[in-house]
Amino acid sequence: MIKLFLMNLLLSFIWVALRGSLSYSDFIFGYLLGFGILWIMNRHEDDRRYFYRVPKIIGFFFFFLWELLKANVQVAYDVITPKYFFKPGIVRYPVNPQTDFEVNMLSTFISLTPGTLIIDVSDDKKAIYIHVMYLRSEEHFINSIKTGVERRLFEILR
Amino acid sequence: MINIILAILSTVGALSILFASIGVLRMPDFFLRLSVTVKASTLGVGLFLICAAIMFPDDVSVTTKAIAIIFFLILTSPISAHMIGKAAYFIGTPLWKGTVVDRLQGMYNKETHCLESDPKRANLAEEEQIADSEKETE
Repeated sequence: MIKLFLMNLLLSFIWVALRGSLSYSDFIFGYLLGFGILWIMNRHEDDRRYFYRVPKIIGFFFFFLWELLKANVQVAYDVITPKYFFKPGIVRYPVNPQTDFEVNMLSTFISLTPGTLIIDVSDDKKAIYIHVMYLRSEEHFINSIKTGVERRLFEILR
Repeated sequence: MINIILAILSTVGALSILFASIGVLRMPDFFLRLSVTVKASTLGVGLFLICAAIMFPDDVSVTTKAIAIIFFLILTSPISAHMIGKAAYFIGTPLWKGTVVDRLQGMYNKETHCLESDPKRANLAEEEQIADSEKETE
């Protein structure tokens, strides 16, 4: 896993050195090229998690960007129109994390989407208390986080 | 082409910061204000930094600095919002009258600052505390 990542970085640096100019677009292209080469070379290896994980990380990045923009437009519309549309509430969100790092990442990404804000994490790390701006129903909100951010994030981290 | 992209990105960034500042003025309670401000300002500053990175494509140091600033902004601003929100809830900042549910009510142990995850156990602890205080008064 970490060996393949370091090898991929080395290949992309070799590509940058061959191009002769240090720039991020060359680096990203070299990284993708190295990823393809490693994928072909490791077809028959047992540990192929790295090749599933990198596309998932890129997918998560774009998914999160889309959620961020969508929710920001909703909040901005509510701010500039005179009537209040929101129904705020504090929701108890159950989690079952394996490490502290998972709680940290999950709460960071929940906090960064507009309309939701982490108030606190319970001491035994079994529940997160979230302040939600648009609360239609609690089950609906918990399900949307469980199938959206949490599933994608834990697929990457585990 | 690059000029058009720069114009779009910086306009969106400036608008999101503007909406955040209007939100601070208009929102009815503290938690909604915090909620609006933190994300919109993060998005706005991030977009400005991306603009700076696109503006100087030949300079790797500018891009690296922009990426580093965005990374640390994303890492730190939710944590500061969490700390401010926690402190505000603990000292009993009132929620807006339109608030639908408040699951956090009664979950804090005010003496030990512990936060329970199970509503039943929180109720038990509260009853024990009341019983203890009744014994002391007797």
